Amino acid sequence: MKHARLGFYIFLIPVVLWLFLLIVIPHIDLLIMSLKSENDLGELVWSLQNYKNFFVEPVYWFTFVRTAVYSIIVTIITAIIALPVSFYITKVVNPRYSNFLSILLLMPFWVSELVRVYGWMILLRESGVINHFLLKLGILDKPIEFLYNDVSMIMVLVYTSMLFMVVPLISVMESLDDHLIEAAYDLGASTKDIVFKIILPHAKPGLTSGSIVVFMLTLGNYLTPNLIGGKNSLWFTEQIYTQFIASFNWNQGAAFGFLLLLLSSFIIWLGLKITKQNLSKVVQ
Amino acid sequence: MIRSLPKSKKYTISFKIYIALFYIFLFAPLVITCILAFNNSDFPSLPWKGFTLDWFFANDGHRVGLFHDVNNLRSIWVSIKTAFIVSILSLIVGTMGAFLFEQEEFKFKQALYFLTLAPLVIPGVILGISILLASNSVGLFLEEKLGIEAPIFAPGFWLVVLGQFSFITTFVVLVVSARLKKFDRTLEEAALNLGANRFEVIWHITLRYLKPALIGAGSVAFLMSFENFNTTLFLVGSEPTLPINLYLQVRDGSTPVINAISFLMIVFTSTLALINLYFSKKKDD
Repeated sequence: MKHARLGFYIFLIPVVLWLFLLIVIPHIDLLIMSLKSENDLGELVWSLQNYKNFFVEPVYWFTFVRTAVYSIIVTIITAIIALPVSFYITKVVNPRYSNFLSILLLMPFWVSELVRVYGWMILLRESGVINHFLLKLGILDKPIEFLYNDVSMIMVLVYTSMLFMVVPLISVMESLDDHLIEAAYDLGASTKDIVFKIILPHAKPGLTSGSIVVFMLTLGNYLTPNLIGGKNSLWFTEQIYTQFIASFNWNQGAAFGFLLLLLSSFIIWLGLKITKQNLSKVVQ
Repeated sequence: MIRSLPKSKKYTISFKIYIALFYIFLFAPLVITCILAFNNSDFPSLPWKGFTLDWFFANDGHRVGLFHDVNNLRSIWVSIKTAFIVSILSLIVGTMGAFLFEQEEFKFKQALYFLTLAPLVIPGVILGISILLASNSVGLFLEEKLGIEAPIFAPGFWLVVLGQFSFITTFVVLVVSARLKKFDRTLEEAALNLGANRFEVIWHITLRYLKPALIGAGSVAFLMSFENFNTTLFLVGSEPTLPINLYLQVRDGSTPVINAISFLMIVFTSTLALINLYFSKKKDD
């Protein structure tokens, strides 16, 4: 029995060290840092100034709200695009191809996000490939800048997070019994009824877990808003970066970081509560 | 509707078009990036001016191809080193985590498991800044109170390794646990009865059984580390990793050399992904 206890501690200690040294303590430090700011003498003292700055300065909370709203929009668009795709792969296409199609689906997402965003930049920019073809075909007489606006930013954000919506949806669609749809059809149900009364309710767990992940990743994204969004499309992670790297105001940056963490945890918690799921089930 | 039901021609065709468009959407940016890596033009854009390998091999003063580009080569090397160390570390700790959560019973197990999952819902940027802050505090403490200079706590190679390790380990725990769940523990008991000790059992039996999952988890860890941007951004020092280095170049204007690097990354990651897929297929058998 003594051996078994020893084994237990050999497993436990590295895991506890990892979780406490790299997850718990840094986040406590983040909270403490965010609650300190310099007084008139340049000394660090406890204060809520950093959080006050956030609420007083409109550009900060405007960016915060904007980031949250856009992340929700991205999540909804991703879900709308992914639902028919997952349905097609699992239920419509010849089963011989469905495996091939799902492998093909995964391939782009192994490639670095930076490469994927860069690919979109080559396609969309003023001297880009899409403009080249539109000019060639005579649809345009001078190139348009497709980059640096909110529409292309949302499109690329949808692109980057598509995988995390499609994969859980494919797995719930696989578990949907075809007989249910056949029975409904035989009894004269319309396509609309089949979609809203059978397919969507069945897909709900996959839809929720996909949405949570997509929302979280979009909210915390830095690359896409930065490279595709252009000067006017602010993202909250950019504010954090500015505070840390450009202004070197770590205390303010810590407060922003903590607010973003609170926002993402709150929304995920809310999503799980509303749909009556728990985190350990969702990640399985 | 579905395969077994009659469907109108219009339905079938429009669905097919939708799916085709979706796959074009998925692959267009990657395909075009690869094609332009071989375009004999000084800008990564059309028109097509003929095939060239200049962006890989040229070194004539005017064009410097990837294999002569010291800056980019160094960042690739930094990324490989980082990813290698991160995947080894996270594989070790993640596997221990999997054993801990699957095979041991102890107080606060649920709470510890919850903490293990936490990195999944912490945005990468936040993980980066919190680790930056904490290591900075430790560094300051050592310097001010003990007079020890500790450059290891300043942004740089080891901080990047720690930052990536902190969340990649979670993925290893999940992948290895999934396989360990299906393990038949009577095999262990049999070995124990025959006189093996716990470590011999783990080494000879359990780890053998876990091998496909370990290879899969290791390659996922390597890829995640190789590609990480958000967490690395805040921890990187004077030696940028490849994604950070590429980001700086893309932001300041791009050359076809970036396409050449992207092409190699696409080839490399697809190969690794296929290897991983092969092993995860085997796992299911």
